[in-house]
Amino acid sequence: MRWRQGSGSGLLVAVVGAALAAAGGCRAASDADVLEFWAMGREGEVVQQLVPEFERRHPGVRVRVQQIPWGAAHEKLLTAYVGEAMPDVVQVGNTWLAELVALGALAPVAADLAAASDEFPGVVAATAIDGERFGVPWYVDTRVLFYRRDLLRAVGVDAPPPTWDGWVAAMEQLVRGGERYAVLLPLAEWETPVILALQHGAALLRDGDRFGDFRSPAFGAAIAFYRSLFRRGLAPGAGAAQSANVYQDFASGWFAMFLSGPWNLGEMSRRLPALADAWTTTPLPTFTGAGPGVSLAGGASLAVVRTTPRADLAWRWIAFLAEPAQQLAFWRLTGDLPARPSAWHAAGLAEAPRTAAFWRQLARVQAPPTVPEWERIAAKITEHVEAVVRGGVALDDGLAALDRDVDSILEKRRWMLDRAEAGRS
Amino acid sequence: MRRGGRLATAGAAPGLLFAAPALAAIALFFFVPVAAAIALSGTDFDIYAVASRANLRSVGLGNYYRLAGDPLFRTAVRNTLYFVVVAAPLSIAASLGAALLLSASLTRWKPAFRAALFLPVVTTLVAVAVVWRYAFHPRIGLLNALLAPLGIGPIDWLGEPRFAMPAIVIMTVWKNFGFNMVILIAGLQSIPERLYEAARVDGARARARLLHVTLPMLRPTLVFVTVMTLIGDLQLFAEPYVMTQGGPAHATLSVVLLMYLEGFRWWNMGYAAAIAFALFLAMLVPSLVVRAMGARGEVA
Repeated sequence: MRWRQGSGSGLLVAVVGAALAAAGGCRAASDADVLEFWAMGREGEVVQQLVPEFERRHPGVRVRVQQIPWGAAHEKLLTAYVGEAMPDVVQVGNTWLAELVALGALAPVAADLAAASDEFPGVVAATAIDGERFGVPWYVDTRVLFYRRDLLRAVGVDAPPPTWDGWVAAMEQLVRGGERYAVLLPLAEWETPVILALQHGAALLRDGDRFGDFRSPAFGAAIAFYRSLFRRGLAPGAGAAQSANVYQDFASGWFAMFLSGPWNLGEMSRRLPALADAWTTTPLPTFTGAGPGVSLAGGASLAVVRTTPRADLAWRWIAFLAEPAQQLAFWRLTGDLPARPSAWHAAGLAEAPRTAAFWRQLARVQAPPTVPEWERIAAKITEHVEAVVRGGVALDDGLAALDRDVDSILEKRRWMLDRAEAGRS
Repeated sequence: MRRGGRLATAGAAPGLLFAAPALAAIALFFFVPVAAAIALSGTDFDIYAVASRANLRSVGLGNYYRLAGDPLFRTAVRNTLYFVVVAAPLSIAASLGAALLLSASLTRWKPAFRAALFLPVVTTLVAVAVVWRYAFHPRIGLLNALLAPLGIGPIDWLGEPRFAMPAIVIMTVWKNFGFNMVILIAGLQSIPERLYEAARVDGARARARLLHVTLPMLRPTLVFVTVMTLIGDLQLFAEPYVMTQGGPAHATLSVVLLMYLEGFRWWNMGYAAAIAFALFLAMLVPSLVVRAMGARGEVA
């Protein structure tokens, strides 16, 4: 990135557009039976190993995988759409689906794939925009509690408590008489406050996702609880949490639990072999006692670009990647959890000690609102909740400011929805 | 004067013809996009407008009002000014120091030193960033290893809001001072030796020669270097983009980086265009001031 053009963003648009148009031209000239597939990060690296089997089953077809780093993926997708340089199939983070659907960039899921029953309903809901599905889950992702079994045992807690009250009591025990904390909650992440809010029954947005609903009692209660974890010294405050090396600090017992996703199953085993069985996972606790508590439905989906001339082939590629056998192969390659329950059973994942928590958690997951503005709203949640937790801003003021910011982000959406309604009546 | 007038009337047509290709290119690749960007800044062009032009609204000066009240923009302006105020003088001082050392008659292997000090300028920033990320590493980094004997203890350069911008300053000054150095060396070489001889005859010591001969004679070059450095520093983008992505806690978010994020991450092109013009105006002011100062100096 060597860009130093300050006063002419228009110029850049023109240049980028021209470059993308050229790229699109190159692609159009290539073989009709080459399927372009964009995949992100680690998935993009290893999916190549699944390609030969697909090409064997479909003689004459070639799959070209383009790997895109996660950090640049969002920009790249939008720019490619504007420049008409989209591939045939893309891997899309579930929270980006709404945005790409608003653009009209994706095709609805083919009927036979949409009718599949071998899926997690909570995850499928995350791929539906206004009732229509646009993505086929490739792998699933949710957050559970990772904790140090040995440290909890040392304070007399043998089984993970099912409720937050129980956990808080255990955390109080853990921090007693020591320069350490109980739980790591990175302030730069929106996931934890949002999970707590969903557990309290907060809707996040209201009136058909037209306004923020962050001054609701449910959201306020969730943030008050979240803040209390810092105030009571159970979670390390701002600076300390940022600079720490999570794995080392977890190993040294500086904190005994954290909320995270399946990628850490592999990371933890790889980086902390010495810990062995001292750590494990458990589904999230609840406020009510009927567990497990709601967690976020995450993961990535496979989607077909609306304008592709190879839609049929594209759907066959997606159906192939969604086959339980390929899902299992992919799990072995990446550690990404399969999106097909039958694949879980085939590999015994639903019963294995550390993945079982994810299996139970996946029965209780909820997707964040599927609006195109979600990523920006999530960034605002992080910003204002962090200000409240750091103590510079009173809870009510912070949530009012959050509502104000989110309402202004959703202004365009309100205008469009109102106009659409006026057109209908 | 008369000759010039005659040329303007008789020779206008062929002259224009010769200039036409260049003018057309400038118009097509500069004026048209700039005009488009001005128009864009008066709209709410976003991803909805990409989907259908029917979703595009004219907002007049709305983007600029929003900009005035946007705390993130204020943060970006503050960060950028912080960077300019710290990095620009440091960078010019480093350039001047290196130029003076390399012009001193005692210095040996001048071309080798000049090339070595210029090398960072021509090195790819992404490669530089990778190396500096190691240098800034809290545990294994070179910088902390140098500071440790002084009892300054491990600093998380890129992870802590207070130190992230100084880290960017250090890296940028290191990377860019070579360019100004070369220009200043050229400026130093154009100062006639007889002025130094006269000063020496008058009994001026090295310090007096620097203050009363070198710096006044170097003034036009210094003005040029200052303006270019200010313009470059106000457009801080690539360094935080590759090193920190604007973090931690927005500590290295610059105006251009904010514009990039608004424009290409969130696709709020209208708002991003408004940021671009605010930045353009902001850069015009110091450039004009410094130029005016330089012009006065030349007259006096």
